Amino acid sequence: MAFNYDQYLRTEKMPTLWCWGCGDGVILKAFIRAVDKLGIDKDDMCVVSGIGCSGRFSSYVDFNTVHTTHGRTIAYATGIKLANPDKHVVCVAGDGDALAIGGNHTIHGCRRNIDITMIIIQNFIYGLTNSQTSPTTPKGMWTVSQKAGNIDPTFDGCKLAIAAGASFVGRENVTQPRKLEKLIGQAIQHKGFSYVEALSNCHINLGRKNKMNSAMANLDWIDSITVSKKKYDTLSEEEQLNLLPTGIIKQDKDADEYCDMYAEIIKVHKGERKKITQDDFEKKI
Amino acid sequence: MGTREVISTGNELSAIAAVDAGCMFFGGYPLTPSSEIMHVISDLLPAKGGTAIQMEDEIAGICTVIGAAMSGKRALTATSGPGMSLKAENLGLAQMAEVPLVCVNVMRGGPSTGLPTRVSQGDIKQASNPSHGDYRSITLCAGNLEECYTETVRAFNLADRFMQPVIVLLDETIGHMHGKAMIPTIEEVEAGIVPRKTFDGPADEYHPYECEATEPAVLNPMFEGYRYHYTGLHHDKNGFPTEEIETCRKLIQRLEDKVMAHQDELELNEEFMCDDLTGEEGEVLIIAYGSVSLAAKEAIRHLRDDGIKAGLFRPITIWPSPAKKIKEMTDKIKNVLVVELNIRQYTDEIERASGRLDLEGLYKVNGRAISPYEIVNKVKEVF
Repeated sequence: MAFNYDQYLRTEKMPTLWCWGCGDGVILKAFIRAVDKLGIDKDDMCVVSGIGCSGRFSSYVDFNTVHTTHGRTIAYATGIKLANPDKHVVCVAGDGDALAIGGNHTIHGCRRNIDITMIIIQNFIYGLTNSQTSPTTPKGMWTVSQKAGNIDPTFDGCKLAIAAGASFVGRENVTQPRKLEKLIGQAIQHKGFSYVEALSNCHINLGRKNKMNSAMANLDWIDSITVSKKKYDTLSEEEQLNLLPTGIIKQDKDADEYCDMYAEIIKVHKGERKKITQDDFEKKI
Repeated sequence: MGTREVISTGNELSAIAAVDAGCMFFGGYPLTPSSEIMHVISDLLPAKGGTAIQMEDEIAGICTVIGAAMSGKRALTATSGPGMSLKAENLGLAQMAEVPLVCVNVMRGGPSTGLPTRVSQGDIKQASNPSHGDYRSITLCAGNLEECYTETVRAFNLADRFMQPVIVLLDETIGHMHGKAMIPTIEEVEAGIVPRKTFDGPADEYHPYECEATEPAVLNPMFEGYRYHYTGLHHDKNGFPTEEIETCRKLIQRLEDKVMAHQDELELNEEFMCDDLTGEEGEVLIIAYGSVSLAAKEAIRHLRDDGIKAGLFRPITIWPSPAKKIKEMTDKIKNVLVVELNIRQYTDEIERASGRLDLEGLYKVNGRAISPYEIVNKVKEVF
């Protein structure tokens, strides 16, 4: 029997505002299948989105949902999670939202290692606002704000997340929906900050002006720049130069999670344990 | 009902009041001269199982508070002028989505970085519209140590009543003032808590934003079986984005009317030594608020010693302004002096409300408090 997506969708909101052939729908379905497989009750999850095409994600899924201001998903989610540590909190944001205007919150969400799952819909462009340069737009591509060609260096969000302290970092490609579903499921299950970059196509606002005039052409290009982490690690630096690894890139199951650590603060203030000192931590600086 | 005597500062009293009023979440960022609120509440909240977090910036501070409040908790943030500027966009989301929270602004000199450690009342106009768009801000202004406590408590109850942010204005003088205060007992505060309304019928009959034209949304806490949508976009009865003309108009009109139709529930003023002001020639009405009102009261005592009948009108709820009351007072008394630690920020509103353009003003913007003698001298000079 075909999978019943409707039980998780606000079907009255369909069709989505996403363009025909957009990869966002693949991510939406992969997310729903992952949640279903984990058996999470719809009342035990909150989905928080930002601004952009990805911002509409939260309005389509039948959970507790929040559509925030531009770039602030993690900050909102941090309040929701700290106030409700036993609930699942998922952020969905675009590359512009998470890595440009919201970059500071991304860094500090990763650093705190708070148990939030962050799904970045990474399509290399500002889609909703019509083709402006994003921090992930490849150099040399045409954008409406850099018609002579993008000269801004590109940002590898996964490397940023690793450096900032996220305990789960992964990347997948919408041409691999089963792998994406698995990765999102692993991210939700992981206790700590999970950063999942879902590479998606925007053939309308990236592709048309960059020789990828259809969804398939855009997806073929994404396929051409992605390789499994396993294979990536066998390549020389020169071969890695224009490739992005997919799969789980980092997972640390032992890192202190922020809500757990805050529970220790509560114990201190309730007189249930001594104050936290440097001796409590192996890595102090 | 009982009171208790405490020796404390304005900032500390504001933090204690929040916790006594049932606040379970604080999110903020260090900003002089408000930081002591975070220092105090970061001890008080975990002791009662709540959470206080110092975020990476002012914007994140307000966003965590909105998130916690959306999920059903009473939540507080505290800052000063530069932080208010940064929080503005998200205060707008809380207005639009009707999320109750309290934001304390301990005013310092501005604009920009201004005078970080010195007093000002330069954020009065900002408090009336911190974010873009149409909505009606509720702003309370504490004029003494006791009110740092009582107005913070009142702010939480008003936030839940009107389902929107409530700003509490302190200023550096009052925030850092240290002294004795008589504040209500915790029992009295708890007895006065009016939690936000919730819907307890079947989920499919729940429409959080479907309400009377002059009433706020009814937003149930998250995770309790009522799954709806929060957004900063114009939205329909269930919170989902819409551009339907009549729905958009009604929504924004309601954000205005839900406050203005119930101003009687909000308005709070003090009239000091106004009882014997009858409108005779030579009488003086001083209008001041916040810490300036303390100097004004002292000035009025001196003026009366010198034979000048003077009184103080002090709005405590400054937005929406007590326009009718201002009109009534200024209709009666000819000599009106407005004293502010800014340049005319509230005078403009008093002119609007009174319809008079002959008000005298005493304004100071150098980061120093106004002394009673400056007020006495000004009264003697201009009237």
